[in-house]
Amino acid sequence: MTKRLGALGKAREFGILIALALVVIVATAKNPAFLFSSDGWRDLLLTPSILVLVAVGQAIVIITRNVDLSVGSVMGLSAYLTGRLFIDLPSLPIPVVVILAVAFGGFLGLVNGALVAFARVPAMVITLGTLYAYRGINVMWAGSSRVNASDMPREFLALGTEQILTIPILAIVAFLVLAAAAWYMRNTRGGREYYAIGSDPAAAELYGLKVTRRVLTAFILSGALAGLAGVFYAARYGSVSSQAGAGWELDAVGAAVIGGVAITGGVGTVWGAAIGAVLLMTINRALPILGIPDFWQRAVVGVLIIGAIVLDRWLAVRQRRRLIEARDES
Amino acid sequence: MTTATITSTNRVARDFDKPLWRRVLLTREMAIVALLIFVVVVSAITVRGFSQPITVNYLLLDIAPILLIALPMTLIMITGEIDLSVGSMVGLSSVVTGVAVQAGLPFEVAAVLALLVGLVGGAFNGFLVTVVGLPSLAVTIGTLALFRGLAVGLLGTTAVTDFPELWSALAKAKISGTTIPYIMVPFLILLAIFVIVLHFTPFGRGIYAIGLAKDAARFSGVHVERTKFILFVLAGLVSAFAGIYYTLRFGSARGDNATGLELQVIAAVVLGGVSVFGGRGQLYGVVAAALLIGVLSSALRLANVTSDVINIITGVLLVLSVVSGSVLAWLQKARRRPSRPSPVAASTAS
Repeated sequence: MTKRLGALGKAREFGILIALALVVIVATAKNPAFLFSSDGWRDLLLTPSILVLVAVGQAIVIITRNVDLSVGSVMGLSAYLTGRLFIDLPSLPIPVVVILAVAFGGFLGLVNGALVAFARVPAMVITLGTLYAYRGINVMWAGSSRVNASDMPREFLALGTEQILTIPILAIVAFLVLAAAAWYMRNTRGGREYYAIGSDPAAAELYGLKVTRRVLTAFILSGALAGLAGVFYAARYGSVSSQAGAGWELDAVGAAVIGGVAITGGVGTVWGAAIGAVLLMTINRALPILGIPDFWQRAVVGVLIIGAIVLDRWLAVRQRRRLIEARDES
Repeated sequence: MTTATITSTNRVARDFDKPLWRRVLLTREMAIVALLIFVVVVSAITVRGFSQPITVNYLLLDIAPILLIALPMTLIMITGEIDLSVGSMVGLSSVVTGVAVQAGLPFEVAAVLALLVGLVGGAFNGFLVTVVGLPSLAVTIGTLALFRGLAVGLLGTTAVTDFPELWSALAKAKISGTTIPYIMVPFLILLAIFVIVLHFTPFGRGIYAIGLAKDAARFSGVHVERTKFILFVLAGLVSAFAGIYYTLRFGSARGDNATGLELQVIAAVVLGGVSVFGGRGQLYGVVAAALLIGVLSSALRLANVTSDVINIITGVLLVLSVVSGSVLAWLQKARRRPSRPSPVAASTAS
């Protein structure tokens, strides 16, 4: 048991968790309502839920040594589709709409993945292209119109605010998705193959892993999760314009990097990415309480990202030195 | 990564068994130039008002920041690195200029301050990439947020709009007798410098060498780290210069100036034939690609197509331009396979 605890303390995710706890404690000390009011508690769990989903998908893609810059656009397009479906096909039951929006996100991810995996083109370029293309489609489709709360059924919007035992439903769903993804990545053959591919794509190919199929799956997962995040977005904010989700790709990549997912692939966990996402959003809300104008939020995010990668580098160097010492001693 | 390295070696190997004219004319860069000419001709014929001189003026004013920053970005991407922080640096430089002018400093001093900020920001990126040894994609995502955060933090939602008339006019002025804006003068000077440095100096050959094989370059005496550091500093400086121009052109220093510009610059660079894996690319291809994006957007705007269509076109062009290369390579391989063992396959196997 102590060994277990020791391993937990050494885990990279633990450091981020401590940082998160510190932010919450300091903000709560300054203003108890940050944690102990019902609104504060709800926001603490609810606000990060959407980014957690996107960050989990992003982490899976980054672990395969790719990157998905189109998630913000996918999310926006799915959110708009959700609203449109409620307006144009009011007879559709809510679960069907949710499934359609998630499937649509998955389809957009499939387009990314197919281009990356079959054409053997760097993911950064492809998803930069689809970032533009998807957003452009969204703008053409929506124009200057937007989906408003009055266009969507009340039961759907209730999903965005309702709670079970004071825990918001969206946060529960996000946590379940996160737990499932974490289990898949850690315990299944498929999950381990993502790590193998990200560590060394050529070796994975030689070993006989189905690299193309795995990379394709990673992008579909990332797209579907961004699609689900789009549904969440519509339910939570009740208003979707053609710019919904713009710029989220950087928050998602940032969350993953802060959480210890190496941009060079093969390293990190979806837990880390999720905690990174929660940290980002929580800092966002804590800054005004600490008396720092929230204009500085992005600067703090930047410092966090740089700090996280410098820390990872330092840990890696130290690890390598230790291993070399251990080898020389034996 | 590895597959791409093999592909790029293939390309080199394949190129030399072709006659010279095919090697010069049938390149990515030439395809973009041809597409540019085609789009210009078609737009001039079909879009009313496109052939007016004022169109050229606005077009060049609009894409000047992209053209400027694309120069150092091309060099950085040829070494296999990337700089995502340039758009934020444009914003930061714009805000620094604005804040300094607001504080009562003369505009010239403010501009020098902004350039200094660009220098320091670029050096910061370069330090983290070369000395600490971090991947540039991660570093510059961090500084993208950091520089933007500093810009927004310094000015909040306010804007500085009071700039000396002399300079504001100069940023928009046309070279007498033409419709070409003055900003093209510094751009052309910089272009000449970058072309000479990239194509006619050992430093420039080193840039390609780093992108093709970093370790081989190091063993051949290329200063890999120093070269990259210099390039990141250059990107910071040129972005800061573009930020000053941006401020004057729109007469306003705001924290959110030029948000997302990095993506447009990278789109132009990649469309222009620079490989994201490094080692390949020409400046004229990049300039043609930036012009192509500019021409398309201004033609579409004149044709009353919503300006957002340009996003789709930029995106689709970008995807097509990279995918077409793979498809062509695949077709060629498929065509060669039945007749004789291709030299490509042989060189890969050996």
